Formats: sequence, C-alpha cells, structure tokens
Amino acid sequence: MQIALSVRNLTKKFGDFTAVNDISLDVEDGKFFSILGPSGCGKTTLLRMIAGFYEQTGGHIELRGKDMTNIEPNKRPVNLVFQHLALFPMMNVYENIAFGLRRRGEKSAAIDKKVNDLLERVGLPEAGKKTIDQLSGGQRQRIAIARCLVLEPTVLLLDEPLGALDAKLREHMKIELKKLQTQVGTTFVYITHDQSEAMVMSDGVAVMNAGKFEQVGTPQELYHHPSSSFVAQFVGSNNKLHVTLHKGESSAFSARYSNGKEFSLTGTYDLEDGDAWDLFIRPESVIINPKESSASFNLLQGEVKAILFDGGNSRLLVTPEGSTDELVVALPQTKQFDDIQVKDKIRIGWDSSKSVCFKRADWKIYDDE
Amino acid sequence: MTTSKKKTIKWGFFIFFIPVFLWLSLLIILPQLELLRLSFMSTGKPGFTFKNYLAFFREPIYWLTFVRTAMYSILVTFIVMAIALPVSFYITKIARVKASGFLMVLLLVPFWVSELIRVYGWMILLRESGVINQVLVNLGLFKQPVEMLYNDATMIMGLVYTSMLFMVIPIIGVMESLDDSLIEAAYDLGAKKITIWRTIIIPYCMSGIISGAIIVFMLVLGSYLTPNLMGGKNSLWFTEQIYNQIIIYFNWNQGAAFGFLLLILSSLIIWVFLKISGQDLKKVIK
Repeated sequence: MQIALSVRNLTKKFGDFTAVNDISLDVEDGKFFSILGPSGCGKTTLLRMIAGFYEQTGGHIELRGKDMTNIEPNKRPVNLVFQHLALFPMMNVYENIAFGLRRRGEKSAAIDKKVNDLLERVGLPEAGKKTIDQLSGGQRQRIAIARCLVLEPTVLLLDEPLGALDAKLREHMKIELKKLQTQVGTTFVYITHDQSEAMVMSDGVAVMNAGKFEQVGTPQELYHHPSSSFVAQFVGSNNKLHVTLHKGESSAFSARYSNGKEFSLTGTYDLEDGDAWDLFIRPESVIINPKESSASFNLLQGEVKAILFDGGNSRLLVTPEGSTDELVVALPQTKQFDDIQVKDKIRIGWDSSKSVCFKRADWKIYDDE
Repeated sequence: MTTSKKKTIKWGFFIFFIPVFLWLSLLIILPQLELLRLSFMSTGKPGFTFKNYLAFFREPIYWLTFVRTAMYSILVTFIVMAIALPVSFYITKIARVKASGFLMVLLLVPFWVSELIRVYGWMILLRESGVINQVLVNLGLFKQPVEMLYNDATMIMGLVYTSMLFMVIPIIGVMESLDDSLIEAAYDLGAKKITIWRTIIIPYCMSGIISGAIIVFMLVLGSYLTPNLMGGKNSLWFTEQIYNQIIIYFNWNQGAAFGFLLLILSSLIIWVFLKISGQDLKKVIK
C-alpha cells in the first residue's frame, strides 16, 4: 500500500506553548483515518499544518513522498473541509464546486462534466442552481465535501464537520460519510473530539492528548487494548476505580480496592512504591448477579443508586459496599433484570481478563471533573 | 372599546409625528419648493419660463463644468474605494483587537475638526512658502519652492482625504461579518491572493462598497470648500457656479435652477451606477 500522508517528527510552537509535540504518522492510500482528542489537544493545529495554513516549527510533512515544506496552501494536493463548511454565500452550488477547477484554468466543458458528475455522486443532481441558504444542513455538508473532492486531492482533511449538526442528523451523516469515502476511495483524515464518530467511520484512529499521540491503532484495538490511562477513559465509556497494586503469591498481581476488597488481575505491571493506580472496567464487561465463581472472577456487593433507562444502551449506577464510587453497569434489556429496583442490593462481577490497570495520571477530559 | 383605543393610538402617533413633520416641511420641503418656484422665474419679468434650465445646456461653460465635476467625483469615488478596501481589511482582519480600535480612532480624529480647518492645514503644508517646500529646499532637493496648491491633483487628494471615512465605515461594517474561513477556503481551493479579492472579498462587501460609494459621490459632488480652496481658480467645481450665480451675480433664479439640475443629474448618475452594478437600493441602504 502506498503511503498518502506521512508526518515526521512534526512540532509546532506558539511562543512558549507547544501545541504539537514531535508527532509522526503514516496514513495509507484510501484509508479513513481519524485524529481523536479533547478540545485544545492540538489536533486542529496539526490539521492546519497539513493544509499549509501554519508553518511547522520542526519536522516534515510528505504527501505521496513529496515534501510540503514552504509550499503554499493553494499549491498543496490536499483540501480542507472546514468546521463551519465555509461555503461561499455569494455563489450558487454549481459555482462553489466549480471554484477550484476554475482556479486551475480548466475548460468550461470539462468543469461542467466534473461538477455534474460529482453532484450526482453526492446525491444532489438537481442542486446546481440553488443558493447556499436554500440547502439543509446535511446537503451543505455534502456540497462542502464535493467542492473538495472535485479537485481529486491526495488527502481530504475534515475539521469536525459534523459538529454543527443536530444529533439525529449527525448519526445519519456518520454513515453517509463512511459510505462516500468507500465509494470515492480518497484518503480522509478526519479530526474530532467525538469518540463515537471516530470509531464508527475510521480504519485507523490516533488518540491525541496535549500535543502528542497517546495511541494509534484500529478502533477495536483502542477499545479493547488501550495503552494508557487517557485512552482507556477517552475511548468509549469506562469505570475508573482507585486501587493499590501488589504482587501476591504465585507471582500473580492483585489490586486492593478502597473498601479492602482484593481484585485479581491478568498481565504484569511495573510496581514502584507509593504509586497510585486506577483500575478500568467497561460497563458491558460487568455482569449483574453472575453465576460464575472461579478464582479469576471478581465479585462485589453493591446497592443500585439509579436506573438510567436508554433503550438498548440502558445502565445501572451501582455503589459498591464500603465505598462512595458509582459504577456504571450495562443493563441488558432482555427482561431478565426487569425486577431490579433502586436501593436493591445486588452482586456484580467481572472476569479479571476484562479489566486493566494504569498508573494514575493527572489530566482532565472535562473541566467539571 | 376598540374604537377609543384606536383613537388614542392615532393621537400618540400625531404627537410624535408633528415635530418631524414641522422640521421636514419648514426647513427642507418649503425652502425647496420656493427654490423650485424661483428656478422657473426670470428677474424683472413675470411669468413661467424654462430659460434658466436652457441656459445650462446653451452655455458650454456650465455643462462642461458639470461634466468635469461629475467625472472628478467618480474618479475620487474610485480612488477612495481602492484605498478603503485594503484599509478596512487591515483593520478588521489583520490588526489585533486593541490595535484595530486605535486605528479606528486615527481615522476618526481628523473629523473632530471642521472641514475648513482641515483644508487650511493642507494649505499650510503645501503652499509655496509652506512646510513641505521649506523642508525640501533646505535639504537641497528643490532649488526653489514649487507651488503645490491650486491644481487638480492636489484638489483630488484633498477630496479623497475628506471623504475616506465615509467609505471605510460601511465597508468595515460588512467586512467584520466576513468569516475568515471563507478566505482560507478559497486559498485552500487554489485561489491566488488577487483572485480571493476578486471572487470572495469584494463580492461579499459589495453592499458596503455601494453604500459608501453613494455617500462619497454625493459628498464630493456637492462639496464646496475643498475644491474652492485647494483647487483655486484653475479647478472650477459646479457648486462654485451655483455660489457665483447667487452671491456674485445675485441671480437667484439661475442659481436655483443649477441646484435642481445638480440634484437631478447626480440622482441619475447614481441610478445608472446601481443598474450597472446590479445592486438594489433597498439592499444597499440596509
């Protein structure tokens, strides 16, 4: 597979502040690649450097093996779909899409063919004569993408283009975008703070935090095998329990929870005295009233604090005995657990292979945490 | 109930309307009507006549002055436009927030003194014994002082200077709402800087440019002080013709006719200008 976009040791500093810190990345041709991170993590800066709007402080950007240093944005074979789309209000849909082709000085017959082809492909064949404010949010989205795709860029960059849409339409556009990308085969580099967008659409995801990549991998790898405390909590929902780790007999590790309970663990850890650890367990890995009782299965007694009904995504909030934490537990809607009431005492448990521990890290995803 | 309510609303309307009505009718409409009446009269002879209007077309000096005035006004409007666009762009898009406020003040400061003082200021700088001449002669760049006043170029410079603000403010008003990402998107799609101006910035600011152009054109066409003082006797402006008729020849009838001709012809020019640029007056006024 050819490498469409290659980023080598890229750094960007604004005065004393390092927005992007020594990042390297390869994106293969035809892939849908996402950069996922909380706001302010430097992902927009990275994207704007690839597009050419910022000059890097250090490192290189290569597109199909060609170095892009000192090449102006209007000369780069990449196009950017802006967060608020930036469709030109003084032109109709046709002229918006034809804009880039006209700048290349293409003949009007060729422009006409390409624009109409692309309008057809994004499913808006009749929209050419419309003005921008006659389009709905989803249609604008498609025109903004069409305006870039008509130039056949090596890489299409997308800067959270779904952010401004309402929830229902966003769900719909996620699938549309993925379908469109598969159909046209252009390499997409998509940045977002929404982990669900990144996971649904992408072939590969880079999780970014404080100017660095925490982990790069497929959505499945990130979800099932997070490599850091940040990824474990940022990708998908996860329960975090404060624990202390120690090595038990027979060289197996175990974690002591604040209520004194011991959890067995799989895997090996690098222990140092005085380190605080967090144990992560996904809501759907926690089983309600389990029948299992093997040594590798961890059990807890708890009280139901609340039932959060949300159809297929329903959950319980459970407070373990002797603690004030609240664990989120998936509540399957299979009628089996319909008799569970608030304030009920229940048993919960999980297999030790489903949990993972990381050293406690000092960062915040949300300000209110 | 409903009828009495209607009546009170009407009374309220009249109370607020009367001062406006009086102001408009006594100070603007009545004098204009009197001037209109005068323009169709002739001194000494009673009765209705077109003589004053026909004089404008019969005497080449009159209509030539008008054509000259109109041409120069259009030229000044275009020069002001060409300077105001980059100035507004700098203030709204490039300068930092604090600096842009300071720059706006710099633009406004000259307008805190009257036009007369401003023109005298220019005269002190530019005349034969003025500041610029002295400096250049002392530096040895000029052998003897040169008269920089009383020619068309100086007059145009003065007119551009005095009308700048009236173009910059409406353009800034529109340009502030221009999303930076539109400019970036055009750049990203392969446009050069000059193409971005032509295809994105100027079309976006068109309503501001047109309303600024109308204000500047009307102001320049009807200005009296700047052309008179800076242009001197070599640069005859149409307003000076009106002044001469009324004050020097004491021919109110001819002066009034010229006044109405100025009003009609300038409105006509603006109408043609709006038609050519494809803009709607209602949209521009907004």
